[in-house]
Amino acid sequence: MNELLHLLKQNARLSNEELAAMLGTTPAEVAAQIKKLEDDGIIKGYSVVLNDELANKDTVTAFIELKVTPKRDCGFEDLAKTVMMYDEVESVSLMSGAYDLAVTVTGSSLKVIALFVAQRLSTIDGVLSTATHFVLKRYKEKGIFIEQEPADERGMVSP
Amino acid sequence: MIEYEKLLSSTIQQIKPSGIRKFFDLAENMEGVISLGVGEPDFQTPWVVRSTAIQTLEKRRIIYSANAGLMDLRREICKYMNRKLGLTYDPKSELIVTVGGSEAIDISIRAVINPGDEVLIVEPSFVCYSPIVRLAGGVPVPMATRLEDSFKLTPEILRSHITPRTKLLVLPFPNNPTGAIMTREELEEIAAVLRDTNILVLSDEIYSELTYGRKHCSIAQIDGMQERTILVNGFSKAFAMTGWRLGYVAAPAPIIRQMVKIHQYTIMCSPTISQYAAIQALQSCEEDVHRMVDEYNIRRRYLVDRFNEIGLPCFNPEGAFYVFPCIRSTGMSSEAFCEALLNEQKVAVVPGNAFGDSGEGFVRVSYAYSLKHLMMALDRIEAFLASRKGEHT
Repeated sequence: MNELLHLLKQNARLSNEELAAMLGTTPAEVAAQIKKLEDDGIIKGYSVVLNDELANKDTVTAFIELKVTPKRDCGFEDLAKTVMMYDEVESVSLMSGAYDLAVTVTGSSLKVIALFVAQRLSTIDGVLSTATHFVLKRYKEKGIFIEQEPADERGMVSP
Repeated sequence: MIEYEKLLSSTIQQIKPSGIRKFFDLAENMEGVISLGVGEPDFQTPWVVRSTAIQTLEKRRIIYSANAGLMDLRREICKYMNRKLGLTYDPKSELIVTVGGSEAIDISIRAVINPGDEVLIVEPSFVCYSPIVRLAGGVPVPMATRLEDSFKLTPEILRSHITPRTKLLVLPFPNNPTGAIMTREELEEIAAVLRDTNILVLSDEIYSELTYGRKHCSIAQIDGMQERTILVNGFSKAFAMTGWRLGYVAAPAPIIRQMVKIHQYTIMCSPTISQYAAIQALQSCEEDVHRMVDEYNIRRRYLVDRFNEIGLPCFNPEGAFYVFPCIRSTGMSSEAFCEALLNEQKVAVVPGNAFGDSGEGFVRVSYAYSLKHLMMALDRIEAFLASRKGEHT
């Protein structure tokens, strides 16, 4: 991966000045590269990684496996597009293996999510079955440790 | 009551413990310290190397290897050196596998030093050369390098220290603590001084994989130098394998023959599990090394830029994983600076004079830490400088 993207993936809030220092270039050049990455649709947006337990105690997240039957005029693509239109849906991916679509859903309670799955997702034409897995605890997300980082075992000073 | 001072070796009693030790104790006993003081990689040993070690434990008997090391490993090391440096060494007679770079340095010095021989040591540098020379009965002769020369050894400095008793030149590049490197052209000039002498070179190249922007060059690559060079390297820094304790020496056969004897009588052989794992490291970790180097390079550029910005001039180091900013503008000695920084902002860096008197006025900052960690530490150092400025005006 290009070094600029590598750095932004770790921390999208680095300033252009900091990025320029790290990459051995100028802030103007960094700004131009970022603009190009955005214009080319490579950078799709900037987000934040939260510790939900602290930020919003009431949020519940679930991973939902969807098995679907693609039909003529309504392939995986169309089903995925239907699913992703819901605001509750955070991510949708087409999968290989035992099921077809992996969907992440957030809601204010288990019940809200369960109802969303029962009433919205499973009723979509082409959806054969669903399996809902609630997230109990998150340890690491997008390369960032949600709880405590592992301690540095190396000691303070060595030659 | 036993008077131990009278019983203990006077040579070892005269050797001072490492200057880093005192600082280590201070930092270790304080809460909430962020350290920039460690001289080993923050990366994990590549998984393929660890899994090889696990499989070795499962499938093999862990027995002594040949004194000089597993023949397969010695062959791989020779291939690696050929690939990297274009040098040819015979795995049977010109290479020995040691317990880390430290033992490699020890037996190299012991194999060549007679009592009274002078050993030229480039400083600032790693802390072990001078004590080992003393233990071997030699006389360490420090040669200070200077910021103006980017902490490189110049032919003038070298020439002015050579005497009829000079036996060995210790050439530690890429350098800990300065991060300085020597280019091929600069090594040519050093070689030109040595060629008509009987002086041997101990080239400690433990950081050879960690150079930024240009490839490492060994003095053994310079015409006519391989026959007088004892080349030390190891797995600790390149492959993030510090605790595995594995290094090696490549040198002319008559020197290696003597070294094997010392190694045989004191060590027997290097840890066999580590040796099997190291074969794997040489065969399949080139990519991992590149990834680590790219990451170090980002941190290096950030630190150099930031130190210069906050008013601690920092020359651009091209190797190892240290920057060596100058702290003279604060009016403090290296030790006073480090102690105050530790007490006031809880950041641990190492005083430059721990690496020789010529390191006075500088501090060693390691970037074997995540960017996040480095950025946080630099914010604290900046705050430290700002509060000092306030005091003086």
